[in-house]
Amino acid sequence: MTDRQEVFKRLNEIFQDIFDDEELVVTDETCADDVEDWDSLRHITLISAVEKAFGMKFAMKEVLEMENVGAMADILVERATK
Amino acid sequence: MEQITFSQLKKNLKKDTTGFKETKLAVLGNCATQLLSQALSGYAYELKIALNMFDADYDQLEPQTLDPNSELFTFEPNYILIQLCSEKLQLEFCDLSPEEQESFADRVMARIQEYWRRIEARTKAPIIQFDFIEIDDGVFGNYGLKTQKSFLYQIRKLNMLFSEAASKDKQVFPIALNSLSAQVGRDTFFDPQLFYIAKMPIQVDSLPQVAKRVFDTIEALAGHFRKCVVLDLDNTLWGGVVGDDGMEGIRIGELKDGKIYSDLQRYFKALRNRGILLAVCSKNEYDAAIRPFREHPEMVLREDDFVMFVANWEDKASNIRRIRETLNIGMDSIVFIDDNPFEQNAVRSQIADLTVPELPPEPEKYLDFLRKSNLFETVSVSGEDAKRTQQYREEAQRTESAATFASYDEYLQSLEMVAEAKPFDEFHFARIAQLTQRSNQFNLRTVRYTESDIKRIADDDHFITLYFTLRDKFGDHGLISVVILEKRDNGTLFVNEFLMSCRVLKRGMEEFIINKIVSTAKENGFTLVEGEYIRTQKNAMVAQLYTQHGFTDCGNGIFHADPNTYTFTPNYIKES
Repeated sequence: MTDRQEVFKRLNEIFQDIFDDEELVVTDETCADDVEDWDSLRHITLISAVEKAFGMKFAMKEVLEMENVGAMADILVERATK
Repeated sequence: MEQITFSQLKKNLKKDTTGFKETKLAVLGNCATQLLSQALSGYAYELKIALNMFDADYDQLEPQTLDPNSELFTFEPNYILIQLCSEKLQLEFCDLSPEEQESFADRVMARIQEYWRRIEARTKAPIIQFDFIEIDDGVFGNYGLKTQKSFLYQIRKLNMLFSEAASKDKQVFPIALNSLSAQVGRDTFFDPQLFYIAKMPIQVDSLPQVAKRVFDTIEALAGHFRKCVVLDLDNTLWGGVVGDDGMEGIRIGELKDGKIYSDLQRYFKALRNRGILLAVCSKNEYDAAIRPFREHPEMVLREDDFVMFVANWEDKASNIRRIRETLNIGMDSIVFIDDNPFEQNAVRSQIADLTVPELPPEPEKYLDFLRKSNLFETVSVSGEDAKRTQQYREEAQRTESAATFASYDEYLQSLEMVAEAKPFDEFHFARIAQLTQRSNQFNLRTVRYTESDIKRIADDDHFITLYFTLRDKFGDHGLISVVILEKRDNGTLFVNEFLMSCRVLKRGMEEFIINKIVSTAKENGFTLVEGEYIRTQKNAMVAQLYTQHGFTDCGNGIFHADPNTYTFTPNYIKES
C-alpha cells in the first residue's frame, strides 16, 4: 500500500514532465479533456512512464477505462511496488 | 555507449538544432509510427543531425507511393524508412484461402518490390526497410517449420526473399529488426497492450535501439562509419599478461578459458577479412608482445593481420594518435578495445571522437556485447575490401624504403608507378560508389553516390566517367580515384566528382589525374574545365588543389582552366 497523497505528488511530477508543463496540477477529477495535448499517443507515453516509476503494469482494460487521474491513483495505491 | 532511454530521446525533441546538418526522413508503415518517429528525431539530435521528418499516417504506403504528387514525393526526402510489421501481415495471412496462404511470402514480396519500383522511379533517396519479425503463430507447432501452410514458414521465407531482393536492389538497405528483437527477447520487444491500444508493434523501451540501428545505416550512407579497430593485448586478445606469464602461459585456445579469446580473435579476423583494419596498441615490450602472433600455435590472428603493431610503455592516447596519423583516417572512424576500464576512461577523456566501448566485466560476454553493439555498419562491400590490410601494410614498407633515398623525387622514380584511367564499368560500380561514400579528406565536392546512381551516371551521355588505379613495385593500390565530368553547354566540362584515396597522396597521382581531366576535355573539344571546391569539416587539404595546379580562382569555390593553353604538371607515373 502506498500513501495516496504521495502517489499524487509523484504523479504530478510525471504529468509535468510528459506534458512539458511545470504549472500543471492534477487532481482526482483531472481527465484527458482538461489537459492540452492529452491525446492517445501522449496517453501511451504517460502510461509507460507511470508504470516504470511505480514498478507496476496496468491491465489493458484499466488503460482503456481509466476515466480520470483519481482512477489511476486508486490503482497505484493498490499495486505500486516502488 | 551507454543506453539511452526513450524519455531522454523525447527531451531532445525540444532542443535547439541550430548548426546541425539537416536530413529529411520520410517514414511509412502499415502500423502506427509516431513514437518510432519521435525516437528517430531524438536519436538524430544525439548525432548532431537536425531531422526533418515526414511521418505518413497509418497505412499510407499505397497512396503515398502511387501518387507522383503525394506528400512523400513533394517532401523530397533524403531517406525513406519503411516499417511493415509482421503482426499486420499475419492478419492478412489469416484472411487468405489455404492455397493463397502457401504463396503468401511471394505475394508480399511482389508487393514490396512494387513499392520500391514506384519510389525508385521518383526519387534517388535510399529506401531503408525493416526486415520481418518471425512470429510463430503456434498453429502448427514445430511442424510449422516444415509446411508451407504455416505463417511461420511464410514469414521466414519472406525474410529470405527480402534479403535476396535487397541484394539485387542497390537503393534498398535492410535493417535487421528480427535479430534485434531476438536479442532483447520477444516479450521485451513486443507489448501486446501497446499493439492493441495503439497499433504499435515495438515496445517503447526498445525504440531507442531500433532508432540506433536505423541511424547506423543512415550514418554509413552519409560516409560516417568505422574503418579500424585498435586492440589491447593482455586480457583482451588473450587471457593473462604475456610479460608476466610468458608466451606459454597466456590463455588462448585449449588452455583454461582460452576459447573465449580464440573466438574473439575469430571475430576480429572476420572483420579484417571484411576490410576493417586491425591495429595493436599495448603497454608491453615489443618482442614479448609480437611473439605469440609469430609462434603460438593456437593464435587465430597473425602478425600480418595487423596494419600497425604498437607495443611500448607510452600512454595509449599518444599511441592511438600516432596510429591515426600513420593510417591517415579520421579519429571518428576508429574503435579502441581494451578490457581495462581505467585505460578506457583515460583514452576516452583525451580523444573525443574515438569510440571506446565499455566492455562488460566478464570476458565471456565480450563477444556477444561487441556483436550487439553493431559498431561496424557498412552500406557496401566490394572485392577490394579483403585486400585493404595488405595495401596498408605495403604502404608501411614504402615509408621505410623512402628513408633510404637521397631525394623524394628519386624515391618516387624508384617506385615504378603505373596508373590506368578507365570509364566506369559494371565490375567496379560497387567500389566506385563505396569510394564516394568513404572518402572525406581528398574529396573536392563530397557528393555521395549509391551504386544505382553510379550505374545511371555511367550510362548517361551527359557524363564522362573515369576511375583510376595505381600500382607500383611494392604492390597494387587498386582503384583509388573517381572522377565524374559533366558536359555542360557552351563548351564547359564541369568536374562533378573528384576524389582520391589518401593512401596514395603525394606520389604525383593528383597531378596525373588533373592532367587526365584537362586532356580529356581537350580531346572532346571542350574550351573550359570548371572545377568546384565545396568545403566540409574534413576536406581542407584540397582547398588549394586547383590553384596549385594552374587553375584560375574565380571566387565562390569555382576554378577554371583552358584545356588548350594548360601547362601539364610533370610526374613519375606511367599510364598503362
